[in-house]
Amino acid sequence: MENNLKKVDIIFEVDEKVSPISVLDKTLKRSPDEIILDLIDSGLKGRGGAGFPTGLKWKFARNEDGDTKYVICNADEGEPGTFKDREILDKVPEKIFVGIAICGYVVGAKEGYIYLRGEYNFLLKTLQKKLDIFNNELKQRNFDFNVYLKSGSGAYVCGEESALFESMEGKRGEPRNKPPYPTVAGYNSKPTVINNVETLVYTTMICHIGPEKFKALGTTDSRGSKVFSVSGDTPIPGIYELELGMPLHEFVNEFGDGDAKAIQVGGASGHCVPRKKFNDTIIGFEGIPTGGSMMIFNSTRSMYNVLHDYLEFFTEESCGQCTPCRVGCQQLLKGIEAVKRGERPPAYLEDLKKLTGTMKIAAKCGLGQSVGNPFNSIIDNFREEIIY
Amino acid sequence: MSKYLVNLKINNMPIAVEEGTTILEAARKLNFRIPTLCNHPDLTVAGNCRVCVVEVKGARLLAAACATPVSEGMEVNTNSEKVRVSRKHIVELLLSEHNADCTKCFKNGHCELQDLSSEYRIGDHVFMDLVSPETKIQDISSPSIVKDDSKCIRCQRCVRTCAELQGVSALAVVKKGDHQKISTFLDKPMHEVVCTNCGQCINRCPTGALTERNYIEEVWNAIYDPSKFVIVQTAPATRIALGEDLGIPVGQRVTGKMVTALKKLGFNKVLDTDFTADLTIMEEGTELLTRLKKALVDKDETVVLPMMTSCSPGWIKFQEHMYPELLGNLSTCKSPQQMFGAVAKTYYADKINIKAQDMTVVSIMPCVAKKFECERPEMRDSGYQDVDYVLTTRELAMMIKQAGIDFNKLDDEHYDSILGESTGAAVIFGATGGVMEAALRTAYEIVTGREVPFTNLNIKPVRGMDGIKEASIKIKNVKPEWAFLEGVDLNVAIAHGLANARLLMEKVKSGEASYHFIEIMGCPGGCLGGGGQPIPTSPEIRKKRAEAIYSEDEEMVIRKSHENPEVTEIYKHFLGEPLGHKSHDLLHTHYKPRKRY
Repeated sequence: MENNLKKVDIIFEVDEKVSPISVLDKTLKRSPDEIILDLIDSGLKGRGGAGFPTGLKWKFARNEDGDTKYVICNADEGEPGTFKDREILDKVPEKIFVGIAICGYVVGAKEGYIYLRGEYNFLLKTLQKKLDIFNNELKQRNFDFNVYLKSGSGAYVCGEESALFESMEGKRGEPRNKPPYPTVAGYNSKPTVINNVETLVYTTMICHIGPEKFKALGTTDSRGSKVFSVSGDTPIPGIYELELGMPLHEFVNEFGDGDAKAIQVGGASGHCVPRKKFNDTIIGFEGIPTGGSMMIFNSTRSMYNVLHDYLEFFTEESCGQCTPCRVGCQQLLKGIEAVKRGERPPAYLEDLKKLTGTMKIAAKCGLGQSVGNPFNSIIDNFREEIIY
Repeated sequence: MSKYLVNLKINNMPIAVEEGTTILEAARKLNFRIPTLCNHPDLTVAGNCRVCVVEVKGARLLAAACATPVSEGMEVNTNSEKVRVSRKHIVELLLSEHNADCTKCFKNGHCELQDLSSEYRIGDHVFMDLVSPETKIQDISSPSIVKDDSKCIRCQRCVRTCAELQGVSALAVVKKGDHQKISTFLDKPMHEVVCTNCGQCINRCPTGALTERNYIEEVWNAIYDPSKFVIVQTAPATRIALGEDLGIPVGQRVTGKMVTALKKLGFNKVLDTDFTADLTIMEEGTELLTRLKKALVDKDETVVLPMMTSCSPGWIKFQEHMYPELLGNLSTCKSPQQMFGAVAKTYYADKINIKAQDMTVVSIMPCVAKKFECERPEMRDSGYQDVDYVLTTRELAMMIKQAGIDFNKLDDEHYDSILGESTGAAVIFGATGGVMEAALRTAYEIVTGREVPFTNLNIKPVRGMDGIKEASIKIKNVKPEWAFLEGVDLNVAIAHGLANARLLMEKVKSGEASYHFIEIMGCPGGCLGGGGQPIPTSPEIRKKRAEAIYSEDEEMVIRKSHENPEVTEIYKHFLGEPLGHKSHDLLHTHYKPRKRY
């Protein structure tokens, strides 16, 4: 079978001749505005899942007044089925550091932070060692910038940027009201750029290879490549950098075990795509976006169990402050249990779908807003598995 | 600095408001009511209940009206289909985690969630009942506050109240997701934590999750018990707020009607805490002058200044927990409530020929900390518990309703005598700065022989709602026996709300401020904003109550504590002199250092 799936090697590529720090040296010779223009031109969108244009984010922060600004690398990789940032942190941390420093240079920050997922604390020691070397390199260059590590404590919601700031400030990790957005008032209420690990590496690499090479990959809406975490019923689970905009069936042909009945794209908070839609689903911002997680389920899997697991996860990981999320998640979970047991009629699923409509537009943050993604896509496509 | 005006439309009505205004505030200006639960005029914005969501044209998400500032050209719809569906869902969700035992709830008829539920006609519960049996066990460990987690809707108003207004943080959010709840340090019972029993959380709880421990049945039983002689005392701030719970507008005084109602309820005597407020001034004023004399004349280094008032039991417990090293600064005077109890079961019982053990003393207080205070082991100087039951202003209103009394139509009656005589100085105890003003009216006159040098005795610098007030009064032309005070600037400070008290204590501790006398009231606004006062509360409501208190003062014939004839009488025939032996036994107390956890 023909397969156009294009594997890419930008993130993990190690070029002995070009060290990450040399990319920084090269970039610092350019003006911040030039760098922003390159990033905007490249079409790079945030790789954490939400897909905000990175160049614009940096521009907003640069345009803010104020002596104190921050750059934060969001390494709170908590989405179930996502493990690509761990690999990046392990294999090419210097590329991340450089991305943070370039951002600091562009927006006028003097401090950068890596907020490391609590469960990744085993990386802490080696990261700190490498960071000490990097900070020392900056010092030798008289570049007034330092990168620090902060460890999370294991709450999924702290991957939400404003909850992450609260956590960094020593408070309970609860999302804030928006506006103000981070570029106006983020960490310590100062202008802050917060980017995903992978995004920052791409900014380094765009500064290295130029926007043209980057945007030659992908589609109009989804430029470049992306690192995927492939798991589930696959003979070859692991981390793969692939060109964006691929049709899902090509992905399945490459990674599936020949019996895939559904792919959960984007982790627990993403969408479930059934086999019948593999052919007309594009992975990218014009189709189904993902923060990287691709979970493959074959015909032996119960989609009721899959959904039940996800809902249990959200019920536990909701911060609990806002009503639609705290109570909504519990109702969805208890609701499918009741339908399964026959205590509520199948039509109750429609009431629950309407509830996800409210959660999507009325919850305070992305957590509650996105629970409807897996819920509706699994209910709609595997209704019989939920009821019987 | 003038702010930019922002133009927007709400439900197609144009309006221009100052930059920074929220959608909620703008909508109110246009008289569009948007329901709220977690929002409160005294607290920072939370935006967590989401019942105030509105639709903003072009936005993907609904906006929480309380937390979203207006922007130029914004078009808001407060009642679109999306808004209505979402809002109803949210109320339904809140009800699904709420123990909706409304008919048995103490807050039945006074519950904001119940109102919303009724407004949205939430008849059949669509969603599953999430209330677990273990949350239905109330925490009744505190003599003041009952905490019922099964009624909690996690709006966090109590948490913000305890942290922002009171600086105590006895209540906090713990755990997450379906286990998230409002709890205490290590989930300990309320009586084991730093809770000061101020009850400000009760005033702001929209449901029945936090209520006062009520003693209505106990009081009825005492009234109906023929072997009991039941007397009642009413605190200064009750008379200006009771009407709010009985259909009378905020800020209207109901002193005479309240006395009549209490008589109709069957209390044997209706007496006034104002009497012991005046007595407090005599004792506390003398104590201050004595401390000043010891410090300035005798150069006694053991004397602790500044002296701090001790009328507010929430403040006392705060100090015992937070600043045990400053307990020596507290006046040893009991609060007026406890002075009353001690005097009632000794001097008064004797006068009217009733045995103390046959007497029941009931207090009507704007306070829930007084319920704790009356049970303190130190408060049994008559040989019995000096005050038997404390009812809040709200509980009294309930009793009046239960008795079928048409409060509005009552005539005004006078307090019984003795222990019923009051002065303007006593009345203003109910407002922040009032004890200070009353003390100054008396102390200044004792020292100089002249009235305080303020028009109409109104010491304006100590009045008002600023969190911390400072004033300085120059003492001149003193009587010969007070020569050591000649030319002294008496520095005083006043704080209300415990967060402000904390700021002031830090200044005292650091030595940054050198005050002689400090008045602290635990609740915002003083007793008029007490935890036992009618709900709701807001800065505007407290301002109106304060105006009522000061107008009551102005109308009194006697406005200085030392001129209260019953006070003169009790010193002449019973106590002897202020700080005398008998006073020491009955009117003064000591304090207990407590831990923070």
